[in-house]
Amino acid sequence: MSEPLLLATGLTKRFGRRAAVAEVGFELHPGEVLGLVGESGSGKTTLLRLLSGQMAPDEGRVEFRSRDGEMLDLYALSEPRRRLLMRTDWGYVHQQARDGLRMAVSAGANVGERLMAQGARHYGDIRAAALDWLGRVEIAVDRIDDAPASFSGGMQQRLQIARNLVTRPRLVFMDEPTAALDVSVQARLLDLLRQLVGELGLAVVLVTHDLAVARLLAHRLVVMKDGRAVEEGLTDQVLDDPQHPYTQLLVSSVLQA
Amino acid sequence: MTLKNASMIRVRGLGKTFILHQQGGVRLPVLADVSFDVAAGECLVLAGPSGAGKSTLLRTLYGNYRLQSGSVAIRHDGHFVDLGSASAQAVLDLRRRTVGYVSQFLRVIPRVPALDVVAEPLLARGVNPAQARAEAGEWLARMNLPERLWHLPPATFSGGEQQRVNIARSLIVSYPVLLLDEPTASLDAANRRLVVDLMVRARENGAALVGIFHDAEVREAVGTRNYSVEPMREAA
Repeated sequence: MSEPLLLATGLTKRFGRRAAVAEVGFELHPGEVLGLVGESGSGKTTLLRLLSGQMAPDEGRVEFRSRDGEMLDLYALSEPRRRLLMRTDWGYVHQQARDGLRMAVSAGANVGERLMAQGARHYGDIRAAALDWLGRVEIAVDRIDDAPASFSGGMQQRLQIARNLVTRPRLVFMDEPTAALDVSVQARLLDLLRQLVGELGLAVVLVTHDLAVARLLAHRLVVMKDGRAVEEGLTDQVLDDPQHPYTQLLVSSVLQA
Repeated sequence: MTLKNASMIRVRGLGKTFILHQQGGVRLPVLADVSFDVAAGECLVLAGPSGAGKSTLLRTLYGNYRLQSGSVAIRHDGHFVDLGSASAQAVLDLRRRTVGYVSQFLRVIPRVPALDVVAEPLLARGVNPAQARAEAGEWLARMNLPERLWHLPPATFSGGEQQRVNIARSLIVSYPVLLLDEPTASLDAANRRLVVDLMVRARENGAALVGIFHDAEVREAVGTRNYSVEPMREAA
């Protein structure tokens, strides 16, 4: 059995007297897609921020396995070291593409910038990589010099994904990646994500309130309610044979189309 | 690899009760004290009236429904994996390489063409895409699915066409254990015979099968033994 890539232990975060996340722990293995599901206010976005190095927990630890196999305690790392990790080994796909893109620079620069942050300097290589990635996320290559502000919502989201994946991260955090899109555009993005995650063997922590998205992309689910993980298991187990009253409510509340 | 007569599935004292929290905690006992073994080269037919819990039992063998009491162990790489205590990774590996499940319905994914739906289990095992697609084409041809449909997503296919895609997808890998929930339900007579032949061949090649077959003819042809699943009384 593989060793965990990400290990969260006893994570707790309080805002005032209210615990937004309380005693959450889990393992994530290489190539595994873990879905965090629950309604808004359940603590899943706060949990994602704790896991991805954006907000220190009040209690608990987040550990990440470096490429050398060493387990790094995320919040014990120096700020520059943590930033380097986030730039190179991690990706973060925001719900709103504009939060993850630089809207004023070209699509090609949006993709190339991450490579340059990793140390790439050769213009031809960077442009070639950007072209390759625009193709992989189904953006016409003649749009490479256009600013993302001129793109549709679906294209922006695909560009954000290319920007994240170009550095070949081992772990990608995704916060409701399809929620801001029209349903017709969602299917295309989901299919693309499913393919890329499989091809690249990415480990993903995916926050979604949409159980159909969770079913399509996630191997395993953690169900969040009031900041706690109330149930976890294989995706099909949790959705087809939910045990916790809250999970049963969530599953039974979905309209069958 | 054939392991004729070797036990592939071992079920002991399996019980399952659903607790419906949205209905005031109603308890629905479905299975109690189910025990059997299934050997390589056998097909165990789950018999019993509709609602008796046959599908629940089959889903529990796949790890889709969770074990409550008792145990299910499946031989994987030469040793038994206990479903109740196996990690999520271990259960997924079991499904990738050892246990195939043929349901009554195909779960369609938007935009994914039939050919890729069928090729996916091979890709998951690391077969290269070109070869996986070539084999998927052979399977779809064998299942009499017209070639003009191969590159379309199955969402708009008829029930019978979807089911043939489903079966091709489930048989493209020679799983040592096959769980079959009414695999021929929506097929016409010619395609039903075809699928029966494929199931018989899988069994003769040493797969262990557990199936629910509504059709008596299919049951006769594929099954080697029955296990009777009886409806349970409501708990007092």
